[in-house]
Amino acid sequence: MTRRFFVLVLLSMLVAAPAVALAQEPIRVGFLTVRSGPLAAGGRQLEEGFQIFIKERNGTLSGRKLEVIYADTAGQPALTKTKTQELVERNRAHIIIGPLAAFEALAINDYIKQVEVPIISSSAAAEDLTQRKLNPWFIRAVGTSAQVTQPIGEYAAKVLRYKRMATIADDFAYGHEGTSGFQRVFEDNGGKVVQKLWPPLNVADYGSYIAQIKPNVDALYTGFAGANGLRFLKQYAEYGLKGKIPVLGNMTNTDEGILKSMGDEALGALSAGWYSAANDTPANRKFVAAVRAEFKADPGYYTAGAYTAGLFLEAALKVVNGKIEDKPAFMKALRRVRLTEGPIGPMRLDEYGNPIMNMYIRKVERKDGRLVNSVIHTYPETSQFWTYAPKAFLANPVYSRDFPPAKNIE
Amino acid sequence: MAFWVIQSLNGLALGGLLFLLSSGFSLIFGLMRVANLTHGAYFMLGAYVGLSALGAGLDFATALLAGGLAVALFGGLVERLILRRLAARPPAQRTLAQVLVTLGLAFIIADGCLWIWGGDPMPLPVPAALGGAVRAFGFVFPFYRLVVVVIALLVALALWLGLERTRVGAMIRAGVDDMEMAAGMGLPVSRLFTTVFCLGAALAGMGGVLGGPILSVYPGLDTDMLPLALVVVILGGIGSLLGAFVGSFIIGFVYTFGQTLLPDLAYVILFLPMVLVLVLRPRGLFGTRAA
Repeated sequence: MTRRFFVLVLLSMLVAAPAVALAQEPIRVGFLTVRSGPLAAGGRQLEEGFQIFIKERNGTLSGRKLEVIYADTAGQPALTKTKTQELVERNRAHIIIGPLAAFEALAINDYIKQVEVPIISSSAAAEDLTQRKLNPWFIRAVGTSAQVTQPIGEYAAKVLRYKRMATIADDFAYGHEGTSGFQRVFEDNGGKVVQKLWPPLNVADYGSYIAQIKPNVDALYTGFAGANGLRFLKQYAEYGLKGKIPVLGNMTNTDEGILKSMGDEALGALSAGWYSAANDTPANRKFVAAVRAEFKADPGYYTAGAYTAGLFLEAALKVVNGKIEDKPAFMKALRRVRLTEGPIGPMRLDEYGNPIMNMYIRKVERKDGRLVNSVIHTYPETSQFWTYAPKAFLANPVYSRDFPPAKNIE
Repeated sequence: MAFWVIQSLNGLALGGLLFLLSSGFSLIFGLMRVANLTHGAYFMLGAYVGLSALGAGLDFATALLAGGLAVALFGGLVERLILRRLAARPPAQRTLAQVLVTLGLAFIIADGCLWIWGGDPMPLPVPAALGGAVRAFGFVFPFYRLVVVVIALLVALALWLGLERTRVGAMIRAGVDDMEMAAGMGLPVSRLFTTVFCLGAALAGMGGVLGGPILSVYPGLDTDMLPLALVVVILGGIGSLLGAFVGSFIIGFVYTFGQTLLPDLAYVILFLPMVLVLVLRPRGLFGTRAA
């Protein structure tokens, strides 16, 4: 008697369970981060940005709870692939956010296409992911490598009126793409790149490169990532070149994450970026205050990138009423997101899944005793193609160390 | 003209740092036949300890000592408690075990540093008295790098005197030459091993603090420095202080000039001397045994 009763209760629970579960099933976000190795600082900032986002929404989007599963890829593509597989197959993630590095994103691109899981890049800037290696499930919440350096190419030629410049950048894809974008626009506007230097990514010491910079250039373009901008600017000042040859560069040269460890050597350095913690809008003031209160540091590239990925997720979920399981509808909504407010400013995606947004020309200054990237100029509605027609742009090979070719090297 | 002078000074400065890093490695390898792959991590650990010491308000000289002592202590414990147990194994197994254990320790130290000090790269502040630039003959060079060269030379001198003129030094040289014979003659092998290991680790740790203002301290410093130490030791010869000295400055110059004159071959420049040495003269320039 009791056994039959027990079985009946069990059966009715099993029948009712799916209905109950679906209504309460959380949205599982697989978050690819880096917690070990040289990229760990960036990974931590990504997580911080996302945590601020979750906290502000009380862990709920469109009525469903958010369950975030963090996976440490250690910045190694093979591990990124493994972790992504775990997130998709074992944790049944509805959406992936990340990974941190461009080479990681390229490593999992085919897998994502195969399993058809939406992915929002919160930091990976590799050009081809939204150009020649399109993935219908991939969108970016941040810019490409050249998207920020093309505007400063024009700024250097037209506003600052530099005629001859040298470039120095990390010898890997991100450094190549940024330098090429800069060179192309700078030369199209009448400038000449007369020297290009490529220190290896892990070089111990920039002394021998600094000594090679031609003394008669108007300015130096710098395209560093990670901690290299910190070391370079310090050594640049030690060799007496600060103030002699002005420096302008990409966004990660003086990113807020390393700016806080820098000193006077960074003052006056110009850079271009799609974010600055010093950008004076109500949404950004609120964001920066929240990050400062919680983590005692200014938000930079990674923090803003992860937070914005959250904004995209939220906006798309609103359109589909939280039904992230309806993948085609969700992807369609994701690609149609228009953000009018947010730390980065107004954003919308182009037809390749890359944001069109403001590009800020920033200058390092000291305010209230700390170094900030003050915004001195804004290029609104900048796309990854700058002023070039997309089809013509894509007909060229991807920006690399040798493309566009440097015709003015002395 | 200024270009050549600056690059030569850069080469000297890099050579000086490499000497501090690799002299310890060479001694440990030469005497104890332990390929101490933890050496890069000792360099980094010393730098982090020095950073904390400076943060606590101590002056640079004290921070230097603190970095060296902390790493020496750590190294001593590792040698006594861990490496000693591996020494009892047959030689074929022993080498592999030592490589794996020291490599594993390197990972542990790296993660520990990440846990304690965080992942942000941090520059070690140059002490005020040693800052500034030297301006002469139309060029500018950071004064601190010249100081590094001088300190490296002083350390080299001190090590040489220690090895040549003291009893302990004689014992070390005997052990490097022929361990079995030396042990048979009554050398206190156990104490000697620990002493040398601590000395080597201390040198690496101090090298880290000294290199901090130039290289800054960041996760990954250990894996950036270790290959350079290996190249120097293989080039100069294992167990030879003179080899480490000459090798460091050769590599310092080759690396610096190679980068400027043949930039596309930056990585090749670094490892080509090592490959040549291994093929043509396996025991290195001044070594007594093959690597």
